[in-house]
Amino acid sequence: MTLPSSGEAVAKPASSGLGWLLDQRVLLSIAVLALLPWLLPSKALAVNVLIYGVVVMGYNLLFGYTGLLSFGQAAFFGAGAYFTGIAIGRYGIPWFAAVPIAVLLSTCLAAAIGIVSTRTRGIYFSMVTLALAQLVYYVALQAASFTGGENGLRGFTVDRISLFGLQVNFLDPVNKYYVLMAFAALAMWFQSRILNSPFGAVIEAIRENEQRARACGYDVERSKLVVFMLSGAISSLGGCMLALHLSIVPLDILHYQTSGMIVMMVLLGGARSFFGPFVGAASFLILEDVISLWTPHWQIFVGAIFVLFVLFLPKGIWGTLLDALGVGKARR
Amino acid sequence: MSGELLRAEGIGKRFGGFVALEDITVSFTAGQLTSIIGPNGAGKSTFFNILSGALTPSSGKLHFRGRELNGLPQHRFVHQGISRSYQITNIFPDLSVHENVRVAAQALIVSYDIWRNRARLAELDARADAALDAVGLLARRNELAKFLSHGQQRALEIAIALVSEPELLLLDEPTAGMGPEETKDMVALLERLAEKRTVLLVEHKMKMVLGLSKRVVVLHHGRLLADGAPDEIRSNPEVRRVYLGQSEGYG
Repeated sequence: MTLPSSGEAVAKPASSGLGWLLDQRVLLSIAVLALLPWLLPSKALAVNVLIYGVVVMGYNLLFGYTGLLSFGQAAFFGAGAYFTGIAIGRYGIPWFAAVPIAVLLSTCLAAAIGIVSTRTRGIYFSMVTLALAQLVYYVALQAASFTGGENGLRGFTVDRISLFGLQVNFLDPVNKYYVLMAFAALAMWFQSRILNSPFGAVIEAIRENEQRARACGYDVERSKLVVFMLSGAISSLGGCMLALHLSIVPLDILHYQTSGMIVMMVLLGGARSFFGPFVGAASFLILEDVISLWTPHWQIFVGAIFVLFVLFLPKGIWGTLLDALGVGKARR
Repeated sequence: MSGELLRAEGIGKRFGGFVALEDITVSFTAGQLTSIIGPNGAGKSTFFNILSGALTPSSGKLHFRGRELNGLPQHRFVHQGISRSYQITNIFPDLSVHENVRVAAQALIVSYDIWRNRARLAELDARADAALDAVGLLARRNELAKFLSHGQQRALEIAIALVSEPELLLLDEPTAGMGPEETKDMVALLERLAEKRTVLLVEHKMKMVLGLSKRVVVLHHGRLLADGAPDEIRSNPEVRRVYLGQSEGYG
């Protein structure tokens, strides 16, 4: 199997060198991410862009590609982080096993929340996801013996990891970045496959016209549940990365403010574009970094910028840029 | 070519206290173009929605090729061989014309595969293009559906319904909102379609219906008023009174 090209049947991509390269959206995205620590002012910022980029990318599958506006994505981001931390700290499971376990458990959580929420539509869906995600927040708050409650989850540290017999110092920010980037690359590859798959066509159809998709013979409710789980799985991987990165899991990660931030990031970057989530995460975090240097009320400014974006650049930074460059739908 | 394809038995539908349909019993033969007509509010669209699974009847039974359809969710109807178009244009606006039809063709084969590359399902491209060719839209295949003219969007609707190779094609006012030129094209298309398959049409335009159909079913106030060949319907005094009489040559 070759890497999935974004081949739409419609725009037969040119097989010339440049055309081929432009089709490799996963490779191009990885290349940009590989340069990120050297482009951004700090390695810590780069790691955060990576982590939030993966979370937002998973959310983009649900919101951008399927058209389901969830306000509860923090539940899966947080679940990934907490499950990873608990698996390592409490059960002594090695990190490379803890991550897939955490993703699997988070996907189960997404199934539970999805079964309830995907039965509703529009604003009700948004509200149900918000409410259920808050429920997860309060469970984490109350189950302090497991989660550390208000103080967050502590007591697990991944400082050295061995890769194929090679000992890597995980405390070194550059090493850490590239190890986490491998996870991001995996997530991007997976997401790209989903988007190119037959199921990717189904979620597009549901976004475009739910009633018509049903009349065409698709089980819309079940498809929404499947995409809800896939989206939760990818976002939870971002949570796993956060846990490995910080060696603590702050409770705030589950709060609805995090869900709101995820929505803002995808809109800033550009919903329905492959690399938009990373652009959105980077812009948001850079804005936060820069503006919070001279005022503690940075959220006012980020909020104002966000409103301007929704009003004047509904396709976000990346989406608008792709439009300006005339990049076809198939290559996004 | 003959034989009963679809039978509705004592179909009734209520919305709260309102009776939209009452005790409709009618059967449709394979290989015919049948029209359902009636004044506004006669229950045509309700009946149509029941036949396509969008609504469940409050009473009565639906048999398709000897199989009972009651209780089947709407999305399974296509898989049984019943496909429909809508009165209000109902397409996938931000997909290309080709993708609109291709995704409809895909529904019969695969839904939940997240692994394969969909471009590899090349037979879908061929089927989609054949359906587009049948409705005369092949030349526009790469355009976004939302940029088509109204008449072309209606034709695209039919291609979407057609690509599943349905045994029964339900068309809900395919000429709604069309000018005379577009209507003429659509009538020609309907005639071509009716040569090969069973078509059930809901229409408003009397002249067109009487010229096109082999058989006409008339609904009035949710009840079956008349059922017969166009000539019988034309001369039926009841029908003339409730429908035709108001304006000869309506539409």
